[in-house]
Amino acid sequence: MPDVAPSQKEQSMLLQKEMISGHYDALARAKDEGKKVVYTFVPGNLTELMRSFDILPNLPEINALQSGMRKLSGGYISEAEKHGHSEDVCTYVKCDIGMLKKGNIGPTGVKLPEPDLLLLSYTGCFTFMKWFELLRQEYDCPVAMLHIPYQGDGKVHDHYRGYVIEQLETEVIPKLEAVTGRAFDQDRLRASLALSAAAEDDLVYVLESARHRPSPIDAYFGGVYYIGPIFSAFRGTEEGAAYYRALRREIDQRVAAGQGPVTPEGELETERFRLVIEGPPNWTSFREFWKMFYDEGAVVVASTYTKVGGLYDRGFRHDPDNPLATLADYCMGCYTNLSLPARVDLVEQYVRDYAADGFLINSVKSCNSFSVGQLLMLRQLEDRTGLPGGFIESDLVDPRYFSAANIKNRIESYLQMIEQKRTAGPAA
Amino acid sequence: MDVCVGIDLGSTTTKAVILDSSQREIGRGITNSRSNYEVASSIAREQAFVQARFNLTHQALSEDSRLADLEERFLPVLERNFRIQHYLEQLQRLEAALLQAAVAPRHRDQRRNIEPVLETILAAMAGRAPALFGALAVRKSEFFRDLAAADYMQLAEEAADPKGVTFDTLSSLFDQAILPVENTGGSKALEALIDSALDTTLVALATRLSNDIELLRRAVETARAVRIDEVASVGTGYGRQRLPFPKEQIRSEILCHGLGAHTMFPDTRTVLDIGGQDTKAIQVDERGIVTSFQMNDRCAAGCGRYLGYIADEMNLGVHELGPLAQQSTFHVKINSTCTVFAGAELRERLSLGQRREDILAGLHRAIILRAMSLLARSGGISSEFTFTGGVARNPAAVDALQHLVNDNYGEQEINISPESIFTGALGAALFAHRTAREAA
Amino acid sequence: MKPELEKLVTRARTLFDDLDLEAVRSWKNAMPDRKAIGHLPVWAPRELIWAAGMLPVSVLGGGDRLEIIRGDAYFQSYICHFPRSTVELALSGRLDALDGMLFPSICDVIRNLSGMWQMLFPDLYVRYLDLPQNFDLEVGGRFWRHELEALMRDLEALAGRPISEDDLRLSIAAFAANRHAVHRLYQARSREPWLFPADEMYIVLRAGCVLPPDEHTELVERYLELAPGEAERQRQDRSRIVVAGMFCEQPPLGLLLTLERAGCFIVDDDLFLALRWPEIEVEITDPPLDGLIEAFLRQGALSASVYQPDGKRGAWLVESVERNHAEGVIFCAPSFCDPALLEQPMLVAALDESSVPHTQFKYSEDTGQFAAIREQAGTFADSIRLWGEA
Repeated sequence: MPDVAPSQKEQSMLLQKEMISGHYDALARAKDEGKKVVYTFVPGNLTELMRSFDILPNLPEINALQSGMRKLSGGYISEAEKHGHSEDVCTYVKCDIGMLKKGNIGPTGVKLPEPDLLLLSYTGCFTFMKWFELLRQEYDCPVAMLHIPYQGDGKVHDHYRGYVIEQLETEVIPKLEAVTGRAFDQDRLRASLALSAAAEDDLVYVLESARHRPSPIDAYFGGVYYIGPIFSAFRGTEEGAAYYRALRREIDQRVAAGQGPVTPEGELETERFRLVIEGPPNWTSFREFWKMFYDEGAVVVASTYTKVGGLYDRGFRHDPDNPLATLADYCMGCYTNLSLPARVDLVEQYVRDYAADGFLINSVKSCNSFSVGQLLMLRQLEDRTGLPGGFIESDLVDPRYFSAANIKNRIESYLQMIEQKRTAGPAA
Repeated sequence: MDVCVGIDLGSTTTKAVILDSSQREIGRGITNSRSNYEVASSIAREQAFVQARFNLTHQALSEDSRLADLEERFLPVLERNFRIQHYLEQLQRLEAALLQAAVAPRHRDQRRNIEPVLETILAAMAGRAPALFGALAVRKSEFFRDLAAADYMQLAEEAADPKGVTFDTLSSLFDQAILPVENTGGSKALEALIDSALDTTLVALATRLSNDIELLRRAVETARAVRIDEVASVGTGYGRQRLPFPKEQIRSEILCHGLGAHTMFPDTRTVLDIGGQDTKAIQVDERGIVTSFQMNDRCAAGCGRYLGYIADEMNLGVHELGPLAQQSTFHVKINSTCTVFAGAELRERLSLGQRREDILAGLHRAIILRAMSLLARSGGISSEFTFTGGVARNPAAVDALQHLVNDNYGEQEINISPESIFTGALGAALFAHRTAREAA
Repeated sequence: MKPELEKLVTRARTLFDDLDLEAVRSWKNAMPDRKAIGHLPVWAPRELIWAAGMLPVSVLGGGDRLEIIRGDAYFQSYICHFPRSTVELALSGRLDALDGMLFPSICDVIRNLSGMWQMLFPDLYVRYLDLPQNFDLEVGGRFWRHELEALMRDLEALAGRPISEDDLRLSIAAFAANRHAVHRLYQARSREPWLFPADEMYIVLRAGCVLPPDEHTELVERYLELAPGEAERQRQDRSRIVVAGMFCEQPPLGLLLTLERAGCFIVDDDLFLALRWPEIEVEITDPPLDGLIEAFLRQGALSASVYQPDGKRGAWLVESVERNHAEGVIFCAPSFCDPALLEQPMLVAALDESSVPHTQFKYSEDTGQFAAIREQAGTFADSIRLWGEA
């Protein structure tokens, strides 16, 4: 996803970098080549469906986090605030609006095309709705709204699925057809879904490799790279499937060699702490943040953020035999669409499955969908796992909300506490 | 003898604690943190070593039955003389710094007049030193900056001449000069001062202690000759990253506070620490090991610094706020503990006719409410409950805490040590001791 | 104030001050086996609850009167104040009179609060109400029917009795009458705002959050008769403004008072949507649920929490300004309220297009200081007056 890659590059990372810049180039050429562009979100993205219409997806969340990593977000956010956006609200939105107001130059320096359609797949975040209502004012283009029911009681009910399928049939597909002037081709969709499922198998294999000791991957900081292609424009593509095959081979080699994860500071040689992390990372100081863990020998063995674009490790696979139903199930199953109790269950399961020494919550100011209730999650998880939880606060792309000294202090205190408990043995 | 040192670099003060090999505290020091942590740390450390030296002397005297009854008459005098000499030495440095500051071009016209005024003031200050450290003297502070400022400003006011050397000139000179004086230290010169203090003391007491003088001198010199070896040290606190310690000698203040509080009150299970920049709620087990903690978020609302702003706004000393708030008779509900808006809120309430003491009581309660939510986040309050940090010395804060604890967790006593400011440094010294033991 | 009005206002004030829901308790105690169901802002199908013989209670936070001791422990500093006081109310036992709680889908805070409730109160009936964002009768309508039918089954189980079609018809009629009375009050205030002081009207409406619909209808109607009879309520010349952004976390009464004292008459607002939605008539259909479903889908996006498919966000606000002959709009949104603050730029654009002056500030339900607001609202009121004269 981010392309400020670790210095010690793996082959897959170079591949990913090429794919992502290739995609931005394709977006830049789209209008000349007569291709249609749809803006949409990561959770609940309908990439296979869009690709079956030969549509290029553009993901404002990814642009925002890329801007964050390239230290551009601060300026964009100020720009949006100058245009009347409150300092209280989501900085992804403000970063996107600010970028737009400053000429819509994408993260790789090429201008982004205007959307032919805004596909508002409204999964797990109310801000998405406002975001595209705001973009709708900037671009005079149609919006397709896909309301994804929330798993309020922890379940996906049949009538939810029916509702989503009906919206796909009556709202989304007709609008995609109108924009492209092509008829919906179910066979193309099926073929694409089969490619998705293959990539998903490989991704899960990679994520689950963190069960090894030492873990060959960092499932949070490294994890955001691994999810990059499948969470953005490459799910259901040949390129995407090839990337995950290559990645899987690489990880197999690391496991065989007993190697730890690759980080921007080099390979992590001694795994001292195994952690589970809940919440998105900070992008403006991503490398500095990662280094704080690296310095202490902490490796993240599982994370929830890497599930916002699909909870594949809990068994879901795109199913070519039921194309619309599988898209509906995919949308409803993203991490941000889970109820709070289900999120607690998931983190608890991760702590156990990955034999973690503790869990840490990075609470970001921007994202109420993630943040509200995290302090209760913390208490519940401490009670259930008997392990101490850590709590740090930052933001997605607002550099004003990353206080390095404060965060470092908390991380160190937290890890020293685990260390102290470990050396002292269990209390009497 | 082998000792372990713990240093706590707080945002407001820096503390040092020295433990001997049986974990007994033999010395401590405290100074304001300034902008230079390294200097603050060496000054606090030096103070602690001087105190350790006095403690050794005390030990040497009390071990000798012939000297035991002299000790009470002798040691306090020795300590006072040491302090006077130290103070005088600092005054000399202050004088030099003041004269140097007076050379600045903007004082060119007045320079000839300034110098004698400064000399007069400094001479008067030196004259006051013995009284300042007299046996029954009450000092508002132990920091040189505060003590010197109080005398200097008063004398400057008297000496100032609106037509010649003005008070503003004198006070700005002081502000300039005090920084370099404060920021020197950390040499071994302080220990040498003990020798000259000893001479002065023996001379002064010569007639009263005629027969025992030699005995005393020898005992003191024996104690002075003991080699104190620092075998391990651990740094902690807000500025710990800037200490010249290797990484493994740095511990989080959370762990140090937990262990320190456990040492002061061994049955402690919950610790609340409200310092200048942050508030911490810590849970510890029966060994003093931290099991969970929470800190305030990135904003300093509800920390000690907030009270500092309020005090500035009201033109009061921080230590005056609590007693004033205790005079409140009417409940005022304050919802915001935002440091940035503190001044405006205060002025508006005063303009609405609310009483200063009632507003203050409301503010104290608001701060403690923030602490209560951190305590709840960290797992609540279990007996025994220990309150540390600068705000633990504020009686109104303690009252508010006691009420809220009783209301929400049942009747419970709150442990507060008058020494609680040293909790973190003590914990750090204990960690140092542990390191030393493991290495041995 | 004449004794009769004073009595009415005192009653409303008592209900407003009643953080312990004593009124709900006494309603329950009046008959055996009575139950009450709470719901959070902005709206819930109160008709269904009442049809099951249970009292719908609109829970609107703790205002500025509640000291937050437990509630803060669960929320970071960048989250709005509303959930803190709501959790405080619940953890301190003040909501014990409620036998269930509904969480409408209006924002991520309330959404996640539904999960917190499930964990904090595992024995309580808790339901997340996913309001449809697709307004097609066949698509969103079908989904909404499923949701309402499931809710009805739950309510029947809680009440221990079935909801008959007649129950539902009667209930729909009772709430239609209540909405009608509330609507008349809004209209009357818009015509002669000096007759209905903002803080007084607020508590009269707020009583509808805890009273049975018939009782509240009577209260509002009586208030409509009595308020104009106060001799000192003389015609005054102030700036007529519409206030927007207060649909969830409630403004402290002091804030409403401050706006009036600063020279404004509030002629419309977005408070109490629970009592006012749907704004269109609910037809009594056969079966009665159909009318309820249809009315919800047709009502339009009056609040930030409902999707606006045609891109005309803010149309209702411009329309309200015109209908109420307002001279300006004050955006008065709670700090950290995502829906209200995110849509503000769109509403501003709509107002600018229609040349409606506006200003904005933020509050929280426990704001205690109004000096800055008074200053700003006063300047705004004066400036639109000058604008109008120019």
